[in-house]
Amino acid sequence: MLAYIVRRILYAVPILVGVNLITFTLFFVVNSPDDMARMHLGVKRVTPEAIEKWKRERGYDKPLLYNAAAEGLDKVTDTIFFQKSVALFAFRFGQADDGRDIGHDIRQRMWPSLAIAVPVFLVGILVNVTVALMLAFFRATYIDVWGVVAAVILMSISMLFYIIGGQFLIGKLWHLVPISGYDDGIDGIRFLVLPIAVGVVSGIGSGTRWYRTIFLEEINKDYVRTARAKGLSELRVLFGHVLKNAMIPILTGAVVVIPLLFMGSLLTESFFGIPGLGSYTIEAIQAQDFAIVRAMVFLGSVLYIVGLLLTDLSYTLVDPRVRLQ
Amino acid sequence: MSGNRSQRPFWRRPLLVAAALAALWLGLPPLLGLRGVYLATDVLLFVLLAGVLFLGAWMRRQRHLREPWRRVFHQKRAAVSAVVLVVFAVIGLADSIHFRKPLPPAPGAAETAWSVEVLSVLDVLLAHLREREEQTYSAPLATRLYVRQPVERGGRQVREYPRLRHGGAHLADPERQWAGDVARLALAGAGGGLALAALAALGLVLLLARARGESLARTAAGVWRGEGPVPWRTVLATVAVVCAVAGVLAGLSLHYHVLGTDKVGTDVLYLSLKSVRTGLVIGTLTTLIMLPFAILLGIMAGYFRGWVDDVIQYLYTTLNSIPGVLLIAAAVLSIQVYIENHPQLFETATDRADLRLLALCVILGITSWTGLCRLLRGETLKVRELDYIQAAVAFGVRPFVILGRHVLPNVMHIVLIVVVLDFSGLVLAEAVLSYVGVGVDPATISWGNMINGARLELAREPPVWWSLVAAFCFMFALVLSANLFADAVRDAFDPRLREQPA
Repeated sequence: MLAYIVRRILYAVPILVGVNLITFTLFFVVNSPDDMARMHLGVKRVTPEAIEKWKRERGYDKPLLYNAAAEGLDKVTDTIFFQKSVALFAFRFGQADDGRDIGHDIRQRMWPSLAIAVPVFLVGILVNVTVALMLAFFRATYIDVWGVVAAVILMSISMLFYIIGGQFLIGKLWHLVPISGYDDGIDGIRFLVLPIAVGVVSGIGSGTRWYRTIFLEEINKDYVRTARAKGLSELRVLFGHVLKNAMIPILTGAVVVIPLLFMGSLLTESFFGIPGLGSYTIEAIQAQDFAIVRAMVFLGSVLYIVGLLLTDLSYTLVDPRVRLQ
Repeated sequence: MSGNRSQRPFWRRPLLVAAALAALWLGLPPLLGLRGVYLATDVLLFVLLAGVLFLGAWMRRQRHLREPWRRVFHQKRAAVSAVVLVVFAVIGLADSIHFRKPLPPAPGAAETAWSVEVLSVLDVLLAHLREREEQTYSAPLATRLYVRQPVERGGRQVREYPRLRHGGAHLADPERQWAGDVARLALAGAGGGLALAALAALGLVLLLARARGESLARTAAGVWRGEGPVPWRTVLATVAVVCAVAGVLAGLSLHYHVLGTDKVGTDVLYLSLKSVRTGLVIGTLTTLIMLPFAILLGIMAGYFRGWVDDVIQYLYTTLNSIPGVLLIAAAVLSIQVYIENHPQLFETATDRADLRLLALCVILGITSWTGLCRLLRGETLKVRELDYIQAAVAFGVRPFVILGRHVLPNVMHIVLIVVVLDFSGLVLAEAVLSYVGVGVDPATISWGNMINGARLELAREPPVWWSLVAAFCFMFALVLSANLFADAVRDAFDPRLREQPA
């Protein structure tokens, strides 16, 4: 087991190097550091000295991939790519364009993101599994048919409209909760209710359909027929047998997104004014702060790879037939 | 009959149709004294159309693909959504034929100067909507502005709601005449629409009667009772509803802004219709761009295995592990910087916006090919072990011939399912990306940009809701019908799903 985990972590290294190479290509090869400097300083009033200063302050005054002027190993290491990548691997994210420490910001903003994402994730699974079980119980009746149609309708509505509609109805017309904002501690709950509700409702459509297919696949297996044959009620069959066995694909499908909960939701956070990592990313994108975007890309990739590893490990926990070598 | 048909190469008819269309597209503008503009996305849409024609002709010959398609169109849900999708496609294609008008000749100039304004056929059809701009917000079907304006009255300044320049301008006393006029226009429009639908029904019955060799009355009665495997009655009912709605909109738009006007006074109905093309381009061209890579790499990985498989798997795991929105954001930001630093490359603002749209499609394609590639790899791993492939290997058929001849046709159903399933997701993604600020060019008319511009208007007192509602309705109609159609396609093509009892 330990050997397996170590090997998987070693596999992750080339993938992360690849991720770095892709983001590096996107940021530095399509547009040279000079182009970026010119854009940040304003295209019109820009002097060569200002560009040099901007590049020196951010460590962009080196060659991109290969330093012909340096000696020995420095030919590869004294470059923008190497310097920036190594720093990322050590989780040193450096400074944003406004001089703030990115690592510190990420540690601060992670908590509001989790405060929204974890409840949405848990309540969402609970609601979706419940509805899907109900549809599976009433399978091949009008309830099931129209339930699936309703799920397709819910799926066809853009996330933007869920947020805008929720804010307008609940926040503005009915004045139940504040439209946006964030507060620490117990007072903050009233700010969290609406984003969590919107997050759960917007996921019902696709989630329910997905779980319903899992349940229906399970319901046609032999052990279910045996359970029915020995006279168990349909409810006991569903909850005692089908749900238990369907938990394997449900759990393993859910595990991969758990690490990504840290990243928060771009849309929800920016609409509701929650100072989490999602709104941090969106602000960085809109301010064209390349250092932050690169840091978030790297962090997201690491979390995704962790999620894949956790998925494989969780298989061994819930399904004794699976062995990892 | 079928033996006779298979003598002719399948590509002859689609080739003729495509060539005729291309000749029309290239030849008509000069004949009409216009200068045709061929944007990159226009050309690609044309390539896509030709590709669909060829693929359709090829699939008619493949029994294992023809039968599922038949099953798709035997479902009522699929037939209804197909009609709606065709309407959207026609709007989008009419908006993809671009040209520039000549400017009035300047004295002494030898060459004609061309207007910098790039127009499309849809713009010409909707000229009355495009040209009738108001000052600012006005509600749907309103005769007065939504905002008080200072007006000179009897020598002093008063703030009141002034009459619109165009909306309801023909009414002398809008307060009394408005309801009757709106009802009259709507009824006339609906009547016209239904008459059109009746014509379509007549045409369909004529065609069916000829194809079946039955009498006209018998065919009409059959369609009316809903007989036969294809739900023609449902199709005709959908056509009637669509025609009636379009008729009402068209009738009212003669004298009113049916969906109101936005902040700068542009008709919202015009904006919604123009957005159709953007949505379609994103939903289809993205797929067109990613398809060759996904198919080639997917079946190569599954067929050759070994180091080829390792390299391709590494490639898509790496791309997959980057959060999609962030990769798109990073790429769009880079392209934005590139466009800003190279303004000399673009002749008109439309060219620039078009390049950004195409770039967005390419980027979305890069982030979305991995799913299809993985599915194809898995399926190819299964297919390559089948007897007929082993036989082909034993006969010494070259690997790439096996891939094209034997593997590709047998994984084609997965490609079809993924393509139709992806479409609606891409249309929805456009709105989200435009909101984040990494979507289409702000000058491109799209639902995302409409929502983005309108989201703060709900906070006004009283709220301005019509832009959002219009964008919502159009997007919802497109995405819902695409989802329903995709469901039908998946049910018909995925054998695993068909085994389940209904």
